[in-house]
Amino acid sequence: MSDDHVYMTLAEGHEDDSRWAYGTGFEDPLHGVDTTVPEGVDAGRLAADCVALADDALVSAQRLAEWTTRAPELEEEVALANIGLDLLGQARLLYARAGQVDGTGRDEDAYAYFRDAEDFRNVRLAELPCGDFAFSIVRLLVLSSWRLAHFEQLSAHPDPVLAAIAAKGVKELTYHRQYAAEWAVRLGDGTEESRRRTRTAMEQVAPYLGELFTAYDVRGEVVAVLRQVTEAAGLPMPVYRPLPGAGRAGERTEHLAPLLAELQSVARAHPGATW
Amino acid sequence: MVTVLTDVRHARHIAEQVPDPELPMLTLADLGVLRAVEMTGDGTVVASLTPTYSGCPAMAEMRADVAARLRDAGYTRVEIRTVLDPPWTSDWITPEGRRKLAEHGIAPPGAAPHHAAGPVPLVLSPVRRTVACPRCGSADTEETSRFAATSCKALWRCLACREPFEYVKEI
Repeated sequence: MSDDHVYMTLAEGHEDDSRWAYGTGFEDPLHGVDTTVPEGVDAGRLAADCVALADDALVSAQRLAEWTTRAPELEEEVALANIGLDLLGQARLLYARAGQVDGTGRDEDAYAYFRDAEDFRNVRLAELPCGDFAFSIVRLLVLSSWRLAHFEQLSAHPDPVLAAIAAKGVKELTYHRQYAAEWAVRLGDGTEESRRRTRTAMEQVAPYLGELFTAYDVRGEVVAVLRQVTEAAGLPMPVYRPLPGAGRAGERTEHLAPLLAELQSVARAHPGATW
Repeated sequence: MVTVLTDVRHARHIAEQVPDPELPMLTLADLGVLRAVEMTGDGTVVASLTPTYSGCPAMAEMRADVAARLRDAGYTRVEIRTVLDPPWTSDWITPEGRRKLAEHGIAPPGAAPHHAAGPVPLVLSPVRRTVACPRCGSADTEETSRFAATSCKALWRCLACREPFEYVKEI
């Protein structure tokens, strides 16, 4: 068999459906997974949790992708794109699970491309513009530390699908956090300029920490990680100052709508398009 | 019963030979992605696959290819299942798979990290890892980038023979 066999397989005629993956029915990332919702699990709540966590990941992945061709070094560009790809994969699995349990049967594209900004439930920290490299690193440090702690808990969720998605995500988030933490130390303990920028970034993320610690009790673990990193970097701990409103309740900054306009434009201009 | 047993062995053999789309020197069995091949009472072949990374873009191709190979081999009823639990680990790459990786100039992974129950610790001091150069065998190597062309690999270089090489990460 030649190595191009897989492509030949995918390109074979499937007259009834020509979308990716060319009508194989395999575009569903949860293809063939048992879709039962266990007794005692509130399906509405489960779907809402999955959508919120997927929105965090999708919006973060889009911001990380914006660094492509613009990162300080090629290696960092590859790193940020790879981290974004992991998050995109987590988003796909979580949207697919939400569609299975919320009764609508929506697929991942319906969630990602055909909801408006006010329907998104991501935390607002994820949608803020990239800023400079220091801000993106500090944001990644906060979000990956928080998501890792959250996913560790979710690995024991009574829904086996969400638990499995979380357990898989823990491995990925561990090295996302590692990457961000090492850079935060390097920048904070670097030149006067890198220290100034990293210190500013810490101040900029501070108001958005409050809404991370509402639903699940992960504050202790996240604060411990931030303390470890800021001490190693010689940086001050970000001072928690609560902002009114919450991204989880649908309150948005002005930055999400333009992000979605770019993300959704092709899918909306050509619904059902093949590429 | 004997026929069914022979059949399921044959089906497993077919599925095991399917190459990975990104690392075509490995089969899905070598990579540890093919978790099971079973046959139900009505003769349906059920192949179970697990993704390496959540964002692995090759999953759809792997599923399509396993199904196509089984159908080509005469199995008319084929079902592909996605298994997420337990999550894939690089420890599942077989000894045969590791040998093939090294043969193709890619350093195979060491043992995956395990942590006890409770929060995953963050280690800020540099972790010294010894990776032998897949070309000359020297242990005098260094990491150039922890992220590379695919999620599963890092970029390293050998300080003895001066060649860069890829390295499959432990996860």
